[in-house]
Amino acid sequence: MLETISVLTDTKANLDVFSGTLQQLAETDKDIVVVTSDSRGSGKLVPFGLKFPQQIVEVGIAEQNLVGVAAGLASTGKKVFAVSPACFLTARALEQIKNDVAYSDNPVNLIGISAGVSYGALGSTHHSLHDFAVLRAIHNLIVVAPADSYETEEAIRQAALLEQPVYLRFGKKPMPLLDSSTPFEFGKGRVIREGKDLAIIATGETVYPALQAAEILEREHQLKVTVVSMHTIKPLDTSLLDEIAGSGMPMITVEEHSVNGGLGEACASFLLQNQRQVPFRIMGIPDEYTVTGSQAEIFSHYGLTDRGISEAALTLLHR
Amino acid sequence: MMTDIQVLKRKSVEYRQKILKYIVNARAGHTGGSLSCIDILNVLYNHTLQVSPDTFQSPDRDRYIQSKGHTVEALFVVLADQGFFPESDLETLCQYQSHYIGHPTRKVAGVEQNTGGLGHGLSLSVGAALAAKMDDKKYRVFTLLGDGELPEGSNWEAALSAAHYKLDNLCAIIDKNSLQITGSTSDVMNTDPLDRKFEAFGWEVRHVDGHDLEQLKHTFDQVPFQPGKPSLVIAHTVKGKGVSYMENQLKWHHGVPSQEQYSTAVEELKQALAALSA
Repeated sequence: MLETISVLTDTKANLDVFSGTLQQLAETDKDIVVVTSDSRGSGKLVPFGLKFPQQIVEVGIAEQNLVGVAAGLASTGKKVFAVSPACFLTARALEQIKNDVAYSDNPVNLIGISAGVSYGALGSTHHSLHDFAVLRAIHNLIVVAPADSYETEEAIRQAALLEQPVYLRFGKKPMPLLDSSTPFEFGKGRVIREGKDLAIIATGETVYPALQAAEILEREHQLKVTVVSMHTIKPLDTSLLDEIAGSGMPMITVEEHSVNGGLGEACASFLLQNQRQVPFRIMGIPDEYTVTGSQAEIFSHYGLTDRGISEAALTLLHR
Repeated sequence: MMTDIQVLKRKSVEYRQKILKYIVNARAGHTGGSLSCIDILNVLYNHTLQVSPDTFQSPDRDRYIQSKGHTVEALFVVLADQGFFPESDLETLCQYQSHYIGHPTRKVAGVEQNTGGLGHGLSLSVGAALAAKMDDKKYRVFTLLGDGELPEGSNWEAALSAAHYKLDNLCAIIDKNSLQITGSTSDVMNTDPLDRKFEAFGWEVRHVDGHDLEQLKHTFDQVPFQPGKPSLVIAHTVKGKGVSYMENQLKWHHGVPSQEQYSTAVEELKQALAALSA
């Protein structure tokens, strides 16, 4: 049985939305500058480079310099987007992110492309399952994983105007446009679906399978499930979490990240310290050598699918 | 009437007095390196850089980024002398909740970038110099590196990009005092020959005596040494310069003088000032 939501047919890769939006911004703003580390192809930025050759800086495969140069540019007032695969950007250049961007308050927009396990079969060298965890521990950095084209476009547009460093990470898989009346704002989760029996708090490319899981749970088990796109990992929308947990609903978090230190632990930390004790489960990539395979196969292996999430929900609900 | 160079010479001695005063007061600081780079900072701020408290917010100001952030005491006494903040602020150096910490921070007026982790200043400087090229601005970027920080690979990534983008508005200065916390830089990790390395990376290089104020003035006046290339000044310096018992002595990397040692240093520097007046 095909388990898709028929209304969500408008699919676009967040990566394409990112590069297109950046090009639109550069049309009217010569201060938009992209810095790449041999990553303009992976970042779908070749057209940007051809159209705005004066607004793109190539540093070669040198992520530390990528972030340092981006910080130097931002210190002069440039609106800088430093673009590199999330795995390299947030590990190789972590000290530059910590010192030159966050601590120094140089408002660089750090764009982690092919994030999570988007590079699938290329293996753990190319996976970023640590980025939320390490960046959450750094002060003065907004950490965001948009779920769809709307969230991605808004995140890019708002980041360009913001005088605070932002880390944005996304993959390259086409994602359906979510149906929500909640406007995108950093630090504000978007309720995609409202229910009373369970809440699924997901981020990035796991929001859609979470939504599909909610459909299954309603169709097959008559459960009403709330689904939230918690696009901003930090600062976390604690008032929304408080409101949801206040109703006593069990809660599942889902993320394309290690179960250590990401969205799930951020939510658990808030809830436990605010006397909101609800049945709770963190879904993500477990602490082990990650299985090999495509992004879809890795998601499937670890249950980050419609079926996997709905089964975890039933277990949590003792059904 | 004192000549410019006489004024600079007096300032160098006075800066050394102040560096020691505030390090002794704080019971902390990077004494040897601050004394090795102070003549460079003296010439930069009193002769070369187009920057002042009045122009610090101007997008056209010259930039100075101190990559070897640990010798911040040298920077702080020069910025105080330039009028960025009252010198008495330095009495709080390294104290609880003071902005005057052991590395440059933008919370202190006149500081361009927060530094402290080594191998960061050159990339930041490349970014600022690139922005000037993009906007056809005339400002220049000077950055001070320690010879001990050069094994950090990020320096060489940045060095490549400075030459690639023909940043002749960028001048890096290496405070080559040849000592680092473990021992001599050639023993810890040899980076020589620096001139040939940077030349091979596409830089134009000059050697100077890093304590010869005339030479420093003249050399900085020549930047860019060649149009279309970044400039590198290898400043040969003496760690602990100006205090006889500290010169070339490893233990003064971050050694703090006792009261007795401080008195000796004060006396030596007083005599140095008197000699300049004679």
